[in-house]
Amino acid sequence: MKSINFISYKQIIFALVALLMASTQALAERTILNVSYDPTRELYKEYNPLFIKHWQEKTKETVEVQQSHAGSGKQSRAVIDGLEADVVTLALAYDVDQLYKQARLIPENWQTLLPNNSSPYTSTIVFIVRKGNSKQIKDWSDLVKDGVSIVTPNPKTSGGARWNYLAAWAYALKHNNNSEDAAKAFIGKLFKNAAVLDTGARGSTTSFVERGIGDVLITWENEAYLVLKEFGADKYEVVTPSFSILAEPPVTVVEKVAKKNGNEDIAKEYLSYLYSKEAQDIIGKNFYRPSDKDIAAKYAQQFPQLELITIAELGGWNEAQKKHFADDGVFDQIYTGGK
Amino acid sequence: MSQSQIMPGFRPALGFTLVYLSLIVLIPLSTLVFKSFQLSWDDYLRIIGSKRVLASFRVSFGSALIAAAIASVFGVIVAWVMVRYSFFGRKFFDAIIDLPFALPTAVAGIVLATIFQPTGVLGKFLLDTFGIQVAFKPLGIVIALIFISIPFVVRTLEPVLLEFDTTMEEAAASMGASRWQIFTKVIFPNIFPALLTAFALSFSRSVGEYGSVIFIAGNLPFVSEIVPLLIVTKLEQYEIEGATAIALTMLLISFLFLFLINLLQLWTHKRSGQL
Amino acid sequence: MHAIVQPSTKPLTSNPSTTIRSALQEPLWLKITLIAIALGFIFLFLCLPLLIVLFHAFAKGVGAYWEAILQPDTLAAIKLTLLTALVTVPANTLFGIAAAWAITRFEFRGKSLLTTLIDLPFSVSPVISGVIFVLLFGMQGYFGEWLRDHDIKIVFAIPGIILATLFVTFPFVARQLIPLMQEMGNEEEEAALSLGASSWKMFFKVTLPNIKWALLYGVLLCNARAMGEFGAVSVVSGHIRGLTNTLPLHVEVSYNDYQTVGAFASASILAGLAVVTLVLKTLLEWKQGNR
Repeated sequence: MKSINFISYKQIIFALVALLMASTQALAERTILNVSYDPTRELYKEYNPLFIKHWQEKTKETVEVQQSHAGSGKQSRAVIDGLEADVVTLALAYDVDQLYKQARLIPENWQTLLPNNSSPYTSTIVFIVRKGNSKQIKDWSDLVKDGVSIVTPNPKTSGGARWNYLAAWAYALKHNNNSEDAAKAFIGKLFKNAAVLDTGARGSTTSFVERGIGDVLITWENEAYLVLKEFGADKYEVVTPSFSILAEPPVTVVEKVAKKNGNEDIAKEYLSYLYSKEAQDIIGKNFYRPSDKDIAAKYAQQFPQLELITIAELGGWNEAQKKHFADDGVFDQIYTGGK
Repeated sequence: MSQSQIMPGFRPALGFTLVYLSLIVLIPLSTLVFKSFQLSWDDYLRIIGSKRVLASFRVSFGSALIAAAIASVFGVIVAWVMVRYSFFGRKFFDAIIDLPFALPTAVAGIVLATIFQPTGVLGKFLLDTFGIQVAFKPLGIVIALIFISIPFVVRTLEPVLLEFDTTMEEAAASMGASRWQIFTKVIFPNIFPALLTAFALSFSRSVGEYGSVIFIAGNLPFVSEIVPLLIVTKLEQYEIEGATAIALTMLLISFLFLFLINLLQLWTHKRSGQL
Repeated sequence: MHAIVQPSTKPLTSNPSTTIRSALQEPLWLKITLIAIALGFIFLFLCLPLLIVLFHAFAKGVGAYWEAILQPDTLAAIKLTLLTALVTVPANTLFGIAAAWAITRFEFRGKSLLTTLIDLPFSVSPVISGVIFVLLFGMQGYFGEWLRDHDIKIVFAIPGIILATLFVTFPFVARQLIPLMQEMGNEEEEAALSLGASSWKMFFKVTLPNIKWALLYGVLLCNARAMGEFGAVSVVSGHIRGLTNTLPLHVEVSYNDYQTVGAFASASILAGLAVVTLVLKTLLEWKQGNR
């Protein structure tokens, strides 16, 4: 009896040790860390193996890519505070800019170092409604109607929500002869209809899909199609408005960190390989709009045509941030509480 | 205690205590004070006095107050039932009261949100029957905080009820008091100090709670945004000074409460003549 | 509700008349109502959450459950959580004993202030507990530059997670020991010393046996919090998958990855741990009661 106990005890310990060892995997020679925002989880999960294979073929070296995902602003903050990211792939240029402004981790001209404003993929802002679209939501103007309940993340904390906000703002300007007062009133009504303001895009999706909150979710186009894929096209519909914003999620090498870690070569290749045909195909498959013309053509039927305004036309991120999202900015003025 | 000469280890024990306390608690906390000193008094007042910050203080303190009150009422009933009655499964139910101490707050938050969301087990029932939505409303915060508060109330009251001298009840009964009178005039006044302590304990814990609340609150500024969330938000917007100013204010209030709790405990001990 | 209502556990010594008896006990209907309210409340708030965790964890079968647990990221999270507890619990236990010894065996100025300061981490919001370490050791913090120049990583790495956990679990052991040792007095210890025992011998033969159950109890609570802390750790973690995600953070990550089974499977480990903690705690209370 005693010996049996002893053996099983030993076996349990052995099994535990084996489990723990298994998790450490074969150690790669070098490791880079990609600090990214919320909805890119699936994209980089698929891209990383492709890149590892590419790097192996090119240099015979095995690398490992680690991922960290959270709200774009939070991630930028963490990198500034010392999270050792070799590359960042965030939701908007403003958050990347802070790496230069607050901590000089990257050069000032970072956005010119890679093609297309350093955005290997773009996206836009669309709506998801529950099947049947009972509230008849077709365009931005339908969101401000009484009794429509909206889910969007908080523009103060979420990069995606800032794109949402600016798309609505641009739409209101366009339809009101560029009157800022009218646009403010429009945005004010829109946020009055907000049922939840989650801190990040993924949190909003969860609120809308799993928790059953709201009639419409304003979100990234890629996130919207991912919802259809994960939760069933029989339950939700994607509604593409007549007009939206060209969202350009930028990527950059965090030079100071990559240099210090001796990872500059991998980090640079990691990002430029995002522009390759193979990577662009993965990008299209994950519902981001590819920047490569041929691949974009291949996925053209997946993305409806709509009129898109760019952030540059709205005066650039620094101005948008100062005007809308800083303390006492337009958002603070129009947002005075829910219903 | 003149024995301090005899007992060994005063210097090493106190020395270690002070060094460790300083390293782990005091020095890290003092950074909050230093950072806040970079603000002028006017800036500080402007940050603390802003509408959104005030609203979040109202949400945090308001929901903690309501939750502590509800938890106190149910806590008294639970503690009473556990101490005075015996029934099948009492040991089991008594043991599970400590669950909120042991269950990680993030798990609690996700699970409570799952239960009370409009499609959840209870959420659907409440919405269909009474038209009340719990999750993602201020009510959701209260639910999460009640969960956090239960063990504080029950565990503070149980020992007091257990040690309560039943001869006092007998004396009152022999003088012709009714059960209700005995409860209100004899029992309740005796457990009241403990109840106050319990209330204060659960309140001070609830005010700072983060993990379980963010999953079930709607996080709408002015409506369901709690102070800890606002601190995180400010940090993410590179407003370190703003965040530390709010954090320091909260810390001071918490400290005040802790002090109050210690006073209450002292009073409770004196009143009940323990220790 | 099949509650079997019995008379009060404390039988009365006297043999009172019926009116007095009715003044000493609640009527049966009230007893049943109170028990029903209490148990209903406990079931809704405490039992139901546990059931929901299990329900979702096994929603897609036992196979899917094990697959989720055996994922490298989950295993790494389990490992990190164990490591964190392995460092913080002994450290805070040692501190708890030292602090309780100093406070209960000696008189010195500022003693009550010290007692309050030890309790302080309990009333600091977990988020703030994380933030202070970022303010101290983050790149923009007071020691950030120095740490970088010496290539030491604290925040967004394991040391930061351990520090934040040390902070939030700081008072648990001390808090259990101080009232007990106060009550115990030091006569036995003095007797041992006067009989010629060395200081260590006195501690191990007299003090420790007397405080062991309370000590274990404190260790247990400390451990539960160390493994389950979310807010503070979330601030200092950096959320690097497979590296700086503890189990509670991994629950959140999986949940946000739409891996409901994975999230609840990880949650079930934590819930299981909580249940084990409760069982041990009940045993300890029983032991303590029989002391």
